[in-house]
This record gives sequence, C-alpha cells and structure tokens, in this order.
Amino acid sequence: MDTMRDRFAPVVSRLLDEDPRVAVVLAAIGTDGFAAAARRHPGRVVDVGIREQLLIGAAAGLALTGLRPVVHTFASFLVERPFEQVKLDLGHQEAGAVLVSAAASFDWPAGGYTHMAPGDVALLDTLDGWTVHVPGHPDEAETLLRHAVAAGDDKVYVRLSVQANGQALPVDGERFCTVREGRSGVVVAVGPMLDAVLAATEGLDVTVLYATTVRPFDGAALRRATETAGTDVVLVEPYLAGTSTAAANDGLADVPHRVLGLGVGRRELRRYGRLEEHVAAHGLDARSLRERISGFLGATVRV
Amino acid sequence: MTDATQTYTSAHADLAGLMGLMTGDEKHGPAATSTLDVLWVLYDRVLRVSPEGGDDPGRDRFLLSKGHGPMAYYAVLAAKGFLPVEWLAGFGSYDSPLGHHPDRTLVPGAEIGSGSLGHGLPIAVGTALGLRAQGLDEPRVWTLVGDAELDEGSNHEAIAFAGPAGLDRLHTVVVDNSSATYARPGGIAARFEAAGWSTLTVDGRDHEALYAAFTAPHPGRPHVVVARVEPKSA
Repeated sequence: MDTMRDRFAPVVSRLLDEDPRVAVVLAAIGTDGFAAAARRHPGRVVDVGIREQLLIGAAAGLALTGLRPVVHTFASFLVERPFEQVKLDLGHQEAGAVLVSAAASFDWPAGGYTHMAPGDVALLDTLDGWTVHVPGHPDEAETLLRHAVAAGDDKVYVRLSVQANGQALPVDGERFCTVREGRSGVVVAVGPMLDAVLAATEGLDVTVLYATTVRPFDGAALRRATETAGTDVVLVEPYLAGTSTAAANDGLADVPHRVLGLGVGRRELRRYGRLEEHVAAHGLDARSLRERISGFLGATVRV
Repeated sequence: MTDATQTYTSAHADLAGLMGLMTGDEKHGPAATSTLDVLWVLYDRVLRVSPEGGDDPGRDRFLLSKGHGPMAYYAVLAAKGFLPVEWLAGFGSYDSPLGHHPDRTLVPGAEIGSGSLGHGLPIAVGTALGLRAQGLDEPRVWTLVGDAELDEGSNHEAIAFAGPAGLDRLHTVVVDNSSATYARPGGIAARFEAAGWSTLTVDGRDHEALYAAFTAPHPGRPHVVVARVEPKSA
C-alpha cells in the first residue's frame, strides 16, 4: 500500500493546476514530488531551503497577498521549531495556511527523537482557531487534504503518518463516525489507531467512534454515544497521551463521566528500531490496548 | 469637491507635535524617534499607499518589523490620514487600537502586527513571492528593521534566500542606532551584500540622501538601505 505522504504531492499538484490561489512552500523536504508542478507553476512552488522560520513567515506573506499556502515538512520542523512563527505570523496576523506534516510521532524510529513529534497537536492546542485532521488511511488523507485547501483562509493542520489502517472509511472533514456500537463504554480511535482499537475491543461491549478531524473536537458525537454506551470514555490517540482529554471533558461537562487518555508517552525511549516496536513500547498495540481499555472499563465490558 | 473626500495631511514639522500626543513607556522612547525620518520620507515620497487604497492589490506594502517604539509610525500614519489624530492620545490604553506594538487588525494602514523581533523580513519575502506569483509587477515591498533586530536568526534565513531568489521588489531599510550586540563596523551591509543584495548606507536623518537611496535602481536584486542615526546609548 502507498503511504499518505505518497498521495500528498500528486494531490496538491492537481490542486495547483485547478486553483490559482494555491501555493506550496517547502523547506528542502519533499521537493522531488513537486518538480513537475514547479515547472508548470514556477511562482507557486517555493523551496526556501533548510529555513523553517522562513518557511512559516513566507507562507504568511503569501497568504497576506491572497494566496492559499500549503506548507510541508516533518512535524518537528513544521510545528515545533518555528512555533512562534505559527503563533504570530499565522495566528496573530490572521493569515491562513494549510500545514501538512510527515513523520508524525515516530514514523522513522531509526531517526531517533530529533525526528519525532508526539507533541505537535498538543502544541497547536495552545492556539486559537486551528482545524486538525489526522487521517488514518491514504484515501482519507487525500480527502482531508482537499478539504483543508478548500477551507477558505482557515488555519488547518494535516498530520500524515506511515502508520495507517488497512481500509479507508468515508470522512467528511468534520465529524466523528460510529464504527461499532455497545453499551459499556465509548472508545474514540483517532486516525491510524483504528485498526488496533478494533482488534483490542473485539468481543467487548463498547461503542467505537472514529475521529479523523480532532479539532474542533466533535463533542456532540461523543455526548450522543454516551447516551447508550455510558459515560466511561477511552481516547486512543497516535500522539501525546491525553491530548484530547480536556476536549472530551468539555463535551461531557453536563454529565458525570470518566476519561482515560491513551497515546504516546512523554518519556523519551532513546530507542531506534521499527515502528511496531515503538507502538508496543508506548502500549498502543492491540494487546496492550485491550488490557488497558478493559481494565479501565471493568467487568461489565465483557460480553 | 466635497469635504467628505478630503483627507487631512500634515507636514514633517507637525510630527513632533503628533508624537507628543502619545506617552510611551521609557524603554521605547529613544527607539521611537530613530525611525522618524525614514518613515516620513517613505510615506511622503516613496510608498504608493493611501488611506483609501487599503485593499488595493496594486498598493505598495510597508511592513514595520521593528514594532518597538511605534510612536513615530503612528504619528506618520496620522499625518498621512490613515488614522485619526484623536486616536493618538489614547496610546497604549485598553480601549485604544494603538498599542506599544502595532496590531494589523486594529491599525488602519498597518500591513503586519509586530513586536516580537525578526518576523517582518520573512513575511516580506513571502509577500514579494506572492505578488510575483500573481503577476502583480508594480507593487514594491518594504520592511523596516532595527540593527539590533538583525541579531535574530530568522532575518538571516530571509536575507540568504531573497538574494539568490532575485526578489527585486523587496526592500529593507535597517535603522542603525548602534544598538546591536556584538556588532562589527560595516557588518550589516556586508551580510546583505554577501547574499547578493544591492546595498546603500546613508545618514538616516538626511531626507534627500534617504530618498536617493530608497529610489536607487537595483535590477534583479533586493535592495537594502542602512540608515544610520545617532547611537541609542549616546
């Protein structure tokens, strides 16, 4: 199967052809995929080199002239390194952009911690007005990329990952969808965590919601799910554990509830190796998830 | 001609009075006047901007990067009719659109908000790229930075990119009041020059010299004017 990132350049190249507002800003990463588009639209494909403060600053300038910048590099260098530019050049200036990251939390484990960004979504949560898409499949990535670019002058973050589910689901760039229904708890699987969550909850009496757009957080869908499945909620996120716990709490503010936030741990593993090994080390493989989910939900969850 | 279409504009001699309407904090005081003559010459003779042309895609863009000490900026904007003179007295108060650092969403005529140093030049690069991409060949992009502001590394990402990218519509004016840390003589112009910019260094209080430097041709290259004023510490 191709990866979400394999889809990125072809999809956005087509958008460059279709929409004269679209511009692509790169920082030496992912430039090959845009070589043909750059020949067709030389002014609208810009590589600033290994300069990530300029990457965001230049995108803001493009937006202020009326263009729709799509900005891409690894998550660490897109959100974390130039965070003040994200806060000020986009946020404070009211300049819209689509930030599309690769490498996610640990897509390249052999690359080590410098290329891991489990905190990207949590960081964006300190800012106002960001839409965050976390596709779980290349087809969903394609849909959500188109959705992001078409979203006027909104500030949108699209988090692409190697981690993916076997099959795509229909996603609308807005709402959670219900994948399974039960009566003894709600599990929210974010993006590429869905397959592991479905395997982990096999035979458990739980509702599984699938979330690919996590900001704004679809609190209404969660609230509705708890009406039949009860108010014990488990979030399974492919980035920092607990990132959406506050959002889930807000969605359930009017009812007594419990929330368990599962995701990537804060502790630096200082390990290389393979993706699966990091998934397991953070307790995000199906077996660990089953243990933690059923432990939290208690005896009633088993059917 | 009706009164409604008239815009009140002042002369350079009125700027001191306009600045006197504002009371900034001490820290921002000396920095404020260092930019006054540069701003005046730009707004009076160089920039093709007007209070009515706020959204005109063909307007020149002036990005005040050095947002510290914006009294001179507000005074010039008021003198040129972008904002009402009555606003000046409220400078820095809760209900005033005029803060100690400008906010583009509150100040008519301000292309960017600034305050945190090192943001204007990278945004100006993107603005120049955006205009070029849309075939808007007329508008020029200007940004004003301080010499100490150039200590911020983000500027050097922008300087290094803009020269080789041939962004000839991009202009930077560095107001040099010798406030940088670890500065070396001639270091400012040398760094721009090494990146392929056209450079001129002039007396930042001499209006004719500033005008000549601002309007000097620089085909194929971005242009920087280093405007030297009295040292901040003097």
